[in-house]
Amino acid sequence: MIAVIIIIVILVVLGIIFAGMYNSLVGRRNQVDNSWSQIEVQLKRRHDLIPNLVEVVKDYMSYEQETLTKVTEARAAAINAGSQGPQAQAQAENMLTESLKSLFAVVENYPDLKANQNVLSLQEELTATENKISFARQFYNDSVLTYNNKIQMFPSNVIAGMFNFTTRQFFEAPEGDREVPKVDLR
Amino acid sequence: MYEQIRSNRRASWLLMGSVVALLAALGFAIGAAVIGGLSGGIGLLGVFGVVAIAWSILGYYSGDKMVLAVSGAHQATHESEPQLFNVVEEMTIAAGLPNAPAVYVIEEAAPNAFATGRDPRHASIAVTRGMVQMLDREELQGVVAHEMSHIRNYDIRFATLVGILVGMIALVADFFLRMSFWGGFGRRRGGGDSSGNAGAILMVVAVVLAIVAPMAAYSVQFAISRRREYLADASGVELTRNPLGLARALNDIAADARPLSHANRATAHLYIANPIKNKKTKEVSGVFDTHPPIQKRIALLLEMAHVGPEALVSGRRAAAVAAAAGAAAGLPRAAGASGPAAAPRPHDPPPPPAVPPA
Repeated sequence: MIAVIIIIVILVVLGIIFAGMYNSLVGRRNQVDNSWSQIEVQLKRRHDLIPNLVEVVKDYMSYEQETLTKVTEARAAAINAGSQGPQAQAQAENMLTESLKSLFAVVENYPDLKANQNVLSLQEELTATENKISFARQFYNDSVLTYNNKIQMFPSNVIAGMFNFTTRQFFEAPEGDREVPKVDLR
Repeated sequence: MYEQIRSNRRASWLLMGSVVALLAALGFAIGAAVIGGLSGGIGLLGVFGVVAIAWSILGYYSGDKMVLAVSGAHQATHESEPQLFNVVEEMTIAAGLPNAPAVYVIEEAAPNAFATGRDPRHASIAVTRGMVQMLDREELQGVVAHEMSHIRNYDIRFATLVGILVGMIALVADFFLRMSFWGGFGRRRGGGDSSGNAGAILMVVAVVLAIVAPMAAYSVQFAISRRREYLADASGVELTRNPLGLARALNDIAADARPLSHANRATAHLYIANPIKNKKTKEVSGVFDTHPPIQKRIALLLEMAHVGPEALVSGRRAAAVAAAAGAAAGLPRAAGASGPAAAPRPHDPPPPPAVPPA
């Protein structure tokens, strides 16, 4: 009788521990998904801002068509890469970041353009969006790290295996990228 | 971080409970001394207790509004303050908070900032005009990240309650001390105690309580904020991964001697740096300082960045100097604009602490 009670108690305790681990895995997974959607929101916002920038800038920059075309192409490529998973997308977005950097570097050579209120506010918005992307990426990668750790580490890896929790990819930052296009506005 | 949140929640409850108890005791002492006797004491105990509970609840739910109103802050929009607003949004994302805090601006020249609210969903960040104008983007980011960690830790709940409740205790004690100057007019009418001795004893107790209560409340305020500032500095850096931004911002704040006229004793501990400026900067923190010495905070941040104090020259200032030099030499101004290149910065910010966020 006592043995039966002990076994039942052990089973109940195990059940509670299992449920706790399962729930925390689900919580982590939701956090990863949620932080990924944060990145996507910001990427989309950047894609939306770029045509405005190109529109404002292009009248001034008749000699810099190449730079502008690069930005436009990079944007299109980034939008296309959206459906190809974090790694491909990260690569395309990094290309876009690079092309924007060179665009802003060119803007520096045009005093009229630099003083243009539209350009200034677009620059601020793009800088903010770049920052948001990198902070969202930072948060996403941290979330992925904890989630992957949980999946691979004992004992939660047992539960993860049973219920098909799979590790996620990191969103890789470009080399030496902590300062995304640094447009000094002031 | 979860421990920090738990301890802040616990401390908030404890604070409300002890303030209610303290005020009830104060009420008893005043009642006994002024109205006279046990019945008078218990009567005023009840009144004070109810008022204190009501005030605590009010402080919990709208303490942030009160603090913002007292500080003369007005709400900013994305249109009016694009950069500040964007920086707040960036830090919200870095911290993984559910929604961005409301952004307020205080129209004062002294650079300072604070956060208030009861939880991350009901939070506000207030920044002075001087800070918005003086700091560059990275510095502003450091300051906002510092405030964001206060929000994430639930420091704001406890700190706001301290401000509201400490303010009330000071008010009540002040009121009573002033009243006792008029003499215990009602005491003779009390009739409960025939001997003047008992009345005198109660009077002494009342005065002592009235003096001790605000002191106790103040020392809570002092004790909490010093430790919290270091912690918020560190976890702010965990968000920006750029200790130098905050270090430069603090350096700019330290260099500014103007006091903040809208800050008072009850709200001083909320600010990122002491808004009530002392003339001399001390190396050690005294019992009555609300903030740790700012130089020590800067030194700690510089250590995190593995750089020396020469890195403190702000990006914008360095750019301005470079531009002036460039103009003097008749060079085109192109170089001045590359802010980060002008500001010496570490190539590798140290890896953040291994604590996973959230």
